[in-house]
Amino acid sequence: MQAYNLSHLSELESEAIYVLREVAAQFENPVLLFSGGKDSITCAHLARKAFWPAKIPFTFMHVDTGHNFPETIEFRDYYLNKLGVNLIVSSVQDCINQGLVIEEKGFNASRNALQTVALLKGVEENKFDAAIGGARRDEEKARAKERFFSHRDDFGQWDPKNQRPELWNIFNGKKNLGESFRIFPISNWTEMDIWQYILKEKIELPSLYFSHERECFIREGVVMSTGEHVPQRPEEATAKMSVRFRTIGDMTCTGAVYSDADSLEKIIEEVASTRVTERGTRSDDKRSEAAMEDRKKQGYF
Amino acid sequence: MNKDPYLDMELLRFSTAGSVDDGKSTLIGRMLYDSKSIFEDQYEAIEKTSRKKGDEQVNLALLTDGLRAEREQGITIDVAYRYFATPKRKFIIADTPGHIQYTRNMVTGASTSNLSIILVDARKGIIEQTYRHTFISSLLGIPHVVFCINKMDLVDYDETIFYQIKKDIEAFSSKLNVRDIHFIPISALNGDNVVNKSTKMDWYQGGTLLYLLENIHIGSDHNHIDCRFPVQYVIRPQSTEFPDYRGYAGRIAGGVFKPGDEIAALPSGFTSKIKSIDTADGELKEAFAPQSVTITLEDEIDISRGDMIVRINNQPKVSQDLDIMVCWMSDKPLIKGGKYALIHTTNEARCIIKEVKYKVNINTLHREESDHNIGMNDIGRISIRTTKPLFFDSYQKNRNTGSLILIDEGTHETVGACMIID
Repeated sequence: MQAYNLSHLSELESEAIYVLREVAAQFENPVLLFSGGKDSITCAHLARKAFWPAKIPFTFMHVDTGHNFPETIEFRDYYLNKLGVNLIVSSVQDCINQGLVIEEKGFNASRNALQTVALLKGVEENKFDAAIGGARRDEEKARAKERFFSHRDDFGQWDPKNQRPELWNIFNGKKNLGESFRIFPISNWTEMDIWQYILKEKIELPSLYFSHERECFIREGVVMSTGEHVPQRPEEATAKMSVRFRTIGDMTCTGAVYSDADSLEKIIEEVASTRVTERGTRSDDKRSEAAMEDRKKQGYF
Repeated sequence: MNKDPYLDMELLRFSTAGSVDDGKSTLIGRMLYDSKSIFEDQYEAIEKTSRKKGDEQVNLALLTDGLRAEREQGITIDVAYRYFATPKRKFIIADTPGHIQYTRNMVTGASTSNLSIILVDARKGIIEQTYRHTFISSLLGIPHVVFCINKMDLVDYDETIFYQIKKDIEAFSSKLNVRDIHFIPISALNGDNVVNKSTKMDWYQGGTLLYLLENIHIGSDHNHIDCRFPVQYVIRPQSTEFPDYRGYAGRIAGGVFKPGDEIAALPSGFTSKIKSIDTADGELKEAFAPQSVTITLEDEIDISRGDMIVRINNQPKVSQDLDIMVCWMSDKPLIKGGKYALIHTTNEARCIIKEVKYKVNINTLHREESDHNIGMNDIGRISIRTTKPLFFDSYQKNRNTGSLILIDEGTHETVGACMIID
C-alpha cells in the first residue's frame, strides 16, 4: 500500500483545496483577504488550483493600512491582474479620515490594530459572509486554537472559549443573519511548508522576501527599513544593509533579517537553521503575551 | 535543484490525552524542545514567565497554553494544534485538555488523528480517565494507540511497576477495538525515552516515543478499497476555452479511482464511465484518499453537491434509518424525538431522534440501558431517521463516509459527533 501515500505537501494542498471548495459551496459571498504576503499569495495560488479550469469564485480584498512597502503594492496589482480577479481595497486611511478610528502617535505607532476596523467595515459594506485568510496555527499561540471555519458573531468577534467543535473534515458553515466566518485553509501549514510549496510550485513572490541592499536602521534590536511612514529618532543611524523580510506587514512594524538568501533554495536553508519564529520580527506581537488573542477577539483575522 | 531532505515527508497526525497533572503539556514541550522545534524567542518568553511565577525550572507546559485564561489558571481549555518536523516526518499534534469538556475536546482532536498518545501516571496506574481516553480512542477508530507510562522518575524507574500497568491496560483494552497498541516508560520532566533513550531504564528494550512516531506504519490508515467520491462542487467554467467542461470536484473518501472506471452516481443510480481525473497540474492516472481532484464523466448525467460517485459493483449502504454512536457536545441535552440538521460528507439533511438505546458510562465502559439522558460530554447509542436517504459505510469501515455531525437548528451550533454503526 506504500504507493497510496501522499507526501506532506500534497496532503496539505489537498486539505486546503477541500476547504476552499467548501467555502465556495457553503457561502454566498466569500472574500479572499489578500495582503501581498507569501501566505495570502499561497492561498490565491491554491484557490486557482481548486477551481481550475474555472475562475476563482471569490472577490479579493486588501485591507490597506497605507503603510505598506511600495514593493508589496506593486506586486499585488501585478499578481491579481495576472489571476484575473476583482480587487476591493478597504483603507485604514479612509477610516481615519472618517473619524472611525484614532491613529496612534509616537515613534512606535502602528496601524495594526486599526486594520480590524477597516476589515470589519469592508466585510460589512460588501456583505461578505466569509473571509478567507492565510493565517497559520504555527504562527502564534492564540492562532494555535483556531478552527478552519471560525465563527464570528455580528460584531465580528471571536469567542475562543466557545468555539464550534470541528470534527473529521466536516465543516459547519451554518449561521444566523449578520454572523460571518473567517476561513483559514492553510491552518495546518508551517513556515517551512509554505516555503517548500512555493519552491515546488514555482510561485512568484514580492522581491522583499529575497536578500537585497536596503537603507536600514536598528531600533530595540530590530532591523527596520527607512521609508516615508517610518519616523526615525536622530540617534538611529541609517546604513546600507544586506537584508530580507520573513514576513511582510506594515513598514512601521515589520523588521528585516540580515540575510544573503537570494533564492528559494537558500531561503529554505535559512528557515531550516533559524532559531527565531517569523513573528519574532513583528513588534506588533511583542506588545504583550496576549496581544494576538486580544486583537482576534475584536475581529482581527 | 538541491535535494531537500524536507520535501518528501509523510504527515502523521496524533492527539494527546491525559488527566490533570499527568504531564501532558510537559511531554509536548519536551518533544518540541528536544527535537529542537522550539525557537529562541518562544523559549525566552516562557523562561521569563516561569521566572515571574517563581517556578524552579523552565515550565515547558507554558509553550502549549495559548489563551490568557489558560495561562492564568494553569489549565488548557481548548484543543490546540502544534507542529514539528524531524527529517523523517512532519507531525501535527492535537493537544486536548484533560478536564474541562474533556470528552468533547478529545473527540474533536481524535477525529483527525492517526495515532493517540495516552498518558498514565506511574504512581497512580490506571484511573478512570485511562478507561475514558482508551475508549474514546477506540470509538473514534484511531489506528494506533501509544500508552506513555509517565513520571517513571518518581517510582525509581521500577520495571515491575511499568509491567503491572501494561498488564492492567491490556486486560481491558483487549475488549475494545484498538488495532495497534504500544507501551513506553517515560519521564517527560527529565526527558527519559521521549526523544533520547533513557540511561536509567536499561530493562526497556523498545524505542523512544519519537522513534515510534517517526517509524510507525501509517500507509494503511486510509481505506483504499471501497471507492467513494462525495461531490463537493460542480466546476463549469463556461469560458471560450472550456465551453462545455463539466467537472465534479471533491476529495476522495475511499478507494482508488481510475479513468475508464464504471461508476454509479447516487442517489440517481445513473451509470457512466470516468473520462478523466483532472487537477490544475494535469490529468491523473489514478487518485486515492485523501486527494482533492475533479472527475469528468463520459455521459452527461445530472449530478450536484451532496451526490456520491461510487463503483457500480461496490456501493455503500443507502438508508434513511441509521444506528449511530453519538458524542454530545452541547449544554442543551439531546432531545428524544427532537429534530436536528445534519451534515454527512458533503450532503445535508434533517433528522429526527427516534430512540436512545443506551448511554455508555465512559469511566467503567458499562452500558446503562435505563439511562436515556444524553447531555454534554455523554456518549450513547441512538437511532435516527433522516429526511432523505444517506449513502454511508460503517465508521469502522470508513471514517469519512461513516461519520456525521448533528446541528442545532436554532443556533446552528455543532451539537453531536456521530459514528455510524449500521
